[in-house]
Amino acid sequence: MTPQHKSWLQLAPLTLVLLLFVAVPLVFVVIVSFFRSDGFDTIPAFSLENYTALLSSSLTLSLYLKMIKYALMTWAVSLVVGFFVAYFLVFHVRNRSVAIGLFLLCTVPFWTSNVIRMISWMPVLAEQGVINSALLALGLIDTPLRILLFSDFSVVLAYVHLFTIFMIVPIFNSMSRIDRKLFEAARDAGAGRFKTLMLVVLPLTNSGVVLGSIFVVTLVMGDFYVVKVMSGGGSASVVSAMYDNVSTLLFPPAAASAVILLLILTVLIVVLTRFVDVRQELVQRS
Amino acid sequence: MKHEIDTPASLENADRRGLLKAAASVAGAALAGVPSIGFPQIMKRDFQGITLRHIGVSYAVQREIGEQASKDLGFKIEMQNLDTSASITRFVTQPNSVDIADMEGWQVKVAMARGLLQGIDSKKIKEFDGILPIFTTGVYEGRKISRQGISPYEVMYTDGPEAKKIVEGQQPWLTFLPQVFNADSLGYRPDKVGREVTEWKDLIDPKFSGRAAILDIPNIGIMDAAQALESRGDLVYGNKGNMTRKEIDITINALIELKKKGHFRASWSTFEQSVELMASGEVFIQSMWSPAVTAVLEKGIPCIYAPVAIKSNGKEGYRGWCNGMSLMKHLSGKKLEAAYEYLNWYYSGWQGAYVARHGYYSPVPRTAKSQMTSAEFDYWYLGKLAADIIKSDHGQPIAVVGSVRDGGSLAQRFSNIACWNTVMDENQYMVQRWNEFKAA
Repeated sequence: MTPQHKSWLQLAPLTLVLLLFVAVPLVFVVIVSFFRSDGFDTIPAFSLENYTALLSSSLTLSLYLKMIKYALMTWAVSLVVGFFVAYFLVFHVRNRSVAIGLFLLCTVPFWTSNVIRMISWMPVLAEQGVINSALLALGLIDTPLRILLFSDFSVVLAYVHLFTIFMIVPIFNSMSRIDRKLFEAARDAGAGRFKTLMLVVLPLTNSGVVLGSIFVVTLVMGDFYVVKVMSGGGSASVVSAMYDNVSTLLFPPAAASAVILLLILTVLIVVLTRFVDVRQELVQRS
Repeated sequence: MKHEIDTPASLENADRRGLLKAAASVAGAALAGVPSIGFPQIMKRDFQGITLRHIGVSYAVQREIGEQASKDLGFKIEMQNLDTSASITRFVTQPNSVDIADMEGWQVKVAMARGLLQGIDSKKIKEFDGILPIFTTGVYEGRKISRQGISPYEVMYTDGPEAKKIVEGQQPWLTFLPQVFNADSLGYRPDKVGREVTEWKDLIDPKFSGRAAILDIPNIGIMDAAQALESRGDLVYGNKGNMTRKEIDITINALIELKKKGHFRASWSTFEQSVELMASGEVFIQSMWSPAVTAVLEKGIPCIYAPVAIKSNGKEGYRGWCNGMSLMKHLSGKKLEAAYEYLNWYYSGWQGAYVARHGYYSPVPRTAKSQMTSAEFDYWYLGKLAADIIKSDHGQPIAVVGSVRDGGSLAQRFSNIACWNTVMDENQYMVQRWNEFKAA
């Protein structure tokens, strides 16, 4: 057996798994997206009507605009929070095991389910919730703030809460691989703390930031549940519209919508990965 | 039981059932292995190792009912819950992973179009003649039931064991066996609303701006909206359960306008959400299910299920629904026999009493009656004054002596159905427009 054969053999299991569980289902989705549906049954056909209906509808545009708005807001907040949490963990906590301990602490919310974490926001944000009661008691407001719950604010808040960890991890990873000698050099060259942050840390954590952004943006774009619950059903997303289709067995339009979303996400990821060498990111630099 | 003695096989079944009753009454002893009577034990061994998967929405397919059935029948009933859309998707995409599909009338229509079911032999259903005529003949209290939307009567019968198509009018074979039903209406907080609500238009009354919520399951949410618009006098629908594109447009445009004015505080898609919205005081008036009102009352918070009986001008009326059990095509042999045992157990009274205490109804009230106190039956089914403190199934008192159930008796509710849960011919268009309302 030549080494080449050997590597093919080693690749085979993963390739099979990917083909079977990723590629094949995707092909089915693409095929079904051309089918027709009469409300009770799905009819095999080759028809572009699902696509033309989707692409010519103002609903699609408004759903995507809403989704982009949520994605950008969540991305911006989680980037700032994620960056500084990682920065603190890597550069301010001297003891490595304490840093790792704190890092693990960041993952604690993930020990409970998404649903519970999200629903636990309700008693905090509701009209008679913690925040409103506190503000009322302090005399800062005289009527409860209703914008806290069932609004864009609560949706983005839940997203940030859920997804910031996906920003922290890759940034933490990039930062901890920055050679400490660079800081000494920066100080010798007369750079202050802020200048070092801007000129040394930021450029070297670029790849972590891009990876984190990919995670956060794709998670927001694929969500339907958070938006449904936190907006109190007052807002829809691309995927929740898809879900409403599936719920009455309109599989073909849902499949077409999935294909379009997939294409958009693929383009987005291709563009973003031009800024980062994932392979390089995974190799341990010494 | 007369129609059961025509073949030896069904004779055997009838015998089994008789013994089953005896078995149920001594269930504890029999399960403990005390051979108080021999035959039920043999019967139980017959079905040993059989597991039936009964799948459907949480309010219809309840774990406690499955546990009781397993105990009484001696074989395992596994209850699995999915939401409305996930369950119909499961029935369609993985029919062999389901034994008994729990469906609403409109879902039966979908399942029949795809050939997923087998006919249920009505002769093997002991209490078949005890089923309310709402379902079997489509006439109730001397009135033909509403045919707006998809009534259970309309989809109940099929042509034979193969269940090739839905046949209207009484037939010996059934597509589904109704098991739990109710009428949906508005729910409101009397302490916040301050007056009686008996009309759907109150849902869209500007007085409740920012304090109203609507049901976010497109095919039935739009009917609640239609009821409100019709009540306000905006238009009269040809069929609220099967709207034309124009009617859909008018309805959705009105909803969007209301939403832009900030009328809706939220919309809900699960039972629990509706309870939470009402109990927390975020919402004063909303589309609501009768048991959700009960659940709010259980928390000690006042809540009323609006009695929206049909008025003399023909407006108002409840939105009715009914869940029933269907046998999936793949069932055969012993498993099919076990399924019939289970269907018959369902009609034997325990389930009817159980669901009544949650505010629902069983299609066979006469057996449910045998498992309830007379005060309970009078309160829940007959709409009479509570002769005793009425407790929920969890033992919480929910009605004081002398109070009466909102909406009155079963007969009052069900002779006042305006429309039934449905799927429209213009469903695809409707869902798209509904999403425009959501995204607005």
